Amino acid sequence: MNSISIRDLSLKFGDTTVLNQLNLEVAEGEFLVLLGASGCGKSTLLNCIAGLLDLSEGQIFINGNNVTWAEPKDRGIGMVFQSYALYPQMSVRGNLTFGLKNARVPKDEINTRVKRAAQMLQIEPLLDRKPAQLSGGQRQRVAIGRALVRDVDVFLFDEPLSNLDAKLRAELRVELKRLHQNLRNTMIYVTHDQVEAMTLADRIAIMRGGVIQQLADPYTIYNHPVNKYVAGFIGSPSMNFLDGMFGGGDAPTFKSTGLDIQLGRYGFKDGSSDQAPIYLGIRPEHVQAGEASRELPFTRDINVEVVEPMGSDTLIWTSLEGQPFHFRMDGQAQVDVGETLQIGFDPAKASLFDKASEIRL
Amino acid sequence: MTVETYDIAQKTPRSSKSAAREPAGAKPIKRIDPGRIMLYSVLLVAAVYYLLPLYVMVMTSLKGMPEVRLGNIFAPPLEITFAPWVKAWDTACTGLYCEGLKVGFWNSVQITIPSVIISIAIASVNGYALSNWKFKGSEVFFTILIFGSFIPYQVMLYPLVIITRELGLFGSLQGVVFVHTIFGMPILTLLFRNYFASLPEELFKAARVDGAGFWGIFLKVLVPMSVPIFVVAIILQVTGIWNDFLFGVIFAGVKNFPMTVQLNNIVNTTMGVTEYNVNMAATILTGAVPLVIYFVSGRFFVRGIAAGAVKG
Repeated sequence: MNSISIRDLSLKFGDTTVLNQLNLEVAEGEFLVLLGASGCGKSTLLNCIAGLLDLSEGQIFINGNNVTWAEPKDRGIGMVFQSYALYPQMSVRGNLTFGLKNARVPKDEINTRVKRAAQMLQIEPLLDRKPAQLSGGQRQRVAIGRALVRDVDVFLFDEPLSNLDAKLRAELRVELKRLHQNLRNTMIYVTHDQVEAMTLADRIAIMRGGVIQQLADPYTIYNHPVNKYVAGFIGSPSMNFLDGMFGGGDAPTFKSTGLDIQLGRYGFKDGSSDQAPIYLGIRPEHVQAGEASRELPFTRDINVEVVEPMGSDTLIWTSLEGQPFHFRMDGQAQVDVGETLQIGFDPAKASLFDKASEIRL
Repeated sequence: MTVETYDIAQKTPRSSKSAAREPAGAKPIKRIDPGRIMLYSVLLVAAVYYLLPLYVMVMTSLKGMPEVRLGNIFAPPLEITFAPWVKAWDTACTGLYCEGLKVGFWNSVQITIPSVIISIAIASVNGYALSNWKFKGSEVFFTILIFGSFIPYQVMLYPLVIITRELGLFGSLQGVVFVHTIFGMPILTLLFRNYFASLPEELFKAARVDGAGFWGIFLKVLVPMSVPIFVVAIILQVTGIWNDFLFGVIFAGVKNFPMTVQLNNIVNTTMGVTEYNVNMAATILTGAVPLVIYFVSGRFFVRGIAAGAVKG
């Protein structure tokens, strides 16, 4: 039985369709990340699952129960918000127990649950403080605790780490992953941060314009993006796209002014028509430079235009036969602007997209 | 004026030992320029303009009638007497009755307290529902309500007289309370709606997930964080209702006249001598309540008005 099952869900505000005929199955204990740029409908979908927004069409099942019209409190969910949304006039303990008191949970039970959650999140010394006396990281821990004490099967996270500074975000990210490994609850996590998505998710759903573009595990999304949008969204810095034509036949090739790349071992989904305009996408980290490139099927000399040293690696911006191109080198590489370098890549690691439909070939 | 010529080089690096930790650099020149003088003069004149009548009132109310007759209204009393205050409170005549302002005072209290409580209680729930539980047509409802605040009161007087008569409230304290509650609704609803709309929406969502209902969210989550706006509403209503004359004189009935109406009757009584000292004392007594409210809660008032005005 699936933990969450969304069938043909649509949501319209007047004439604007925010979510369109959306279907989604989330397995029990799965960590699903909804990833997308702002305005793609990911938070809206989460609010629909939580019961904070009424649907225009479709059904939602949680643990096999049809909860399409159920109140948020009756859905068996806990939710964590971006702005923490702690009740400012209540102490941390008050925040944790508010929902339990509303549900008339017996006092002993409340105490054990609060104690357990506080231990798990290391907020025991803070229980009698007010939210205003806490730091951002502590506040978000309390907000997570408020979902924890509800003792539910499904946790919903609405960009929980976006308000934190970079260091704390990385810390809490690991903690969330550990929490999921211990609890094994179903978690749905909304974010626009691809690092959070890649690191936390069992599966990622990339959304755009109210539609799920691709739903797959992080490796598949990274290596076999279904379309150009997904390919460009995942990965930092983003994928290079070279504009050209597809030359089919016995030896499929990518042709462009000055470029003739043998595609050789590329795994085509299905055949493509000859002479069709396509994009060749190659990730900056799949490009080799200097000695290492010598053995690769495709090599070319380029002229270094901009160097961005980042410590762990160095980004080089250049152009490949007039088309903008960037790639990643070792952080200790000493490269000067204007220098000529040999680069190369294996077309088997590339992704090809039809130019009109932007769908992967 | 070129007196204040200023040499940067002279002032910047003072003795390097003692001033090492002080911020170094050219300091702004402090001087009294004509703009400042103008500004303070205008402020001073404005302050005197508003304070002078109060000064005259206080001085006159502390004089006996013989001294008032001298006509020297700015002079302090030669002999301070509190008799006019006692008379204004206890025995001054308002038309037929000579029981002083105290009757009106208690009437005003009996009108103000229930009106303030009922109107704020209803308007805060209205504002909460209109900002957080939007229903079909809620925006239209709100627009109509706001439109109501632009219609002059006088237009609605006669219909209201008929309504209160039919309800059996005309000429009673309840009648005035009823009218004040209705007329407080538009502005108070606007005030509360805008304040609640400015609170983070996620808080409301979190409370819903936590299983709080319509009243639970309102009473346990929103009201405790809305003290400033309640203070603003209380101040607006107390001063507005206490100072009201029109509704009091129409709907209360002779026995229930509020303090403002009684003050008018005392001052306008044309029998015998006009006792300026008693009139002044009566006026100060009537105005004392809103004044005290402002002094006690002015700080909250400014803060709350600002808080309510940010978003809407």
